[in-house]
Amino acid sequence: MKKFLIPLALFLGLVVFLAVGLKRDPREIPSPLIDKPAPAFSLPTLEGSQPFGPEDLKGKVWMLNVWATWCVACREEHPVLVAFAQKNAVPIVGLSYKEIQPQDEQGGKLAPEAKLQLARERSVVWLQRHGNPYSTTVMDLDGRVGINYGVYGVPETYVIDRQGIIRYKRVGVVTPQLLADKILPLIRSLETS
Amino acid sequence: MRRVFSSLWLAACFACASLLATQALAKEAVPMAQEPEVEARLVKIAEELRCMVCQNESLASSHAELAEDLRREVRDLIKSGKNDAQVKEFLVTRYGDYVLYRPEVKPLTWALWFGPFLLFLMAAVGLVGYLRQRRQAMPAPAALSEAERARAEQLLKD
Repeated sequence: MKKFLIPLALFLGLVVFLAVGLKRDPREIPSPLIDKPAPAFSLPTLEGSQPFGPEDLKGKVWMLNVWATWCVACREEHPVLVAFAQKNAVPIVGLSYKEIQPQDEQGGKLAPEAKLQLARERSVVWLQRHGNPYSTTVMDLDGRVGINYGVYGVPETYVIDRQGIIRYKRVGVVTPQLLADKILPLIRSLETS
Repeated sequence: MRRVFSSLWLAACFACASLLATQALAKEAVPMAQEPEVEARLVKIAEELRCMVCQNESLASSHAELAEDLRREVRDLIKSGKNDAQVKEFLVTRYGDYVLYRPEVKPLTWALWFGPFLLFLMAAVGLVGYLRQRRQAMPAPAALSEAERARAEQLLKD
């Protein structure tokens, strides 16, 4: 009787192990950038005039949100960010990631200036329609800044502390629950430390 | 005889034609790169790297846009004289060990590298233990008593 239970227990253990494995999201990969300085960049902004870089917000806790008008999940996330921005907790910087896609250039390669202009026009329209939670939006047209931040799926969100260190990264949609349970407490603790 | 010869001839022609065809195909597949050496190294490195978007594809074979961008970065790094380890380092600092199909051997990956051998060893030890225990549990059959022997002989005679 006892001997018969041993393989059964082993089997159930394996089932539990595999079931937990199935539940986990394979896209959630711990970022090696956590607790590392946010990579520097200097990119043109949506609003024009001066380029923006992370050092401009040094001394402040801020959020970086990677988005694009072609990103379907961003549309789902956007109202959450708009509501969050109204609380004025921290500045949210938008990183417009590869707004111009290969299909936009089927009729021939666009010049960098034309690309930037088209990207700005589109983003402005999109933000007017869906609301603008961003204190500023930077334009990463070739995706190089995205690569430096380890972006592989839009939307992505980073929390960066006063010293310019990345403290949190979220791949995928930011939900109200995630904001309340994780991001806001983190921001509070970063602001008081 | 003549028929054999002609069919051989036909076969030879067919072989030639197919050879030419594969050559033509091979020519088409050559990447349109100006620097074949850079491209060869790119492919060699990229085959060892995972595409983050389609996670079971290598960076070399993926058609995802990010893979294309990353190949561009790797190409630039190779051109700027970085060695293979430095190129991999570039990607690992951004995307983590996950991009490596052959992760580095370090304390964090010990379970990954040596776990299977450990499990095998445990199974082997368990098996040996089990077999020994079973041998001990079954004592050798005792010798036949006088009466049993007589009965066995009786039975064999019948």
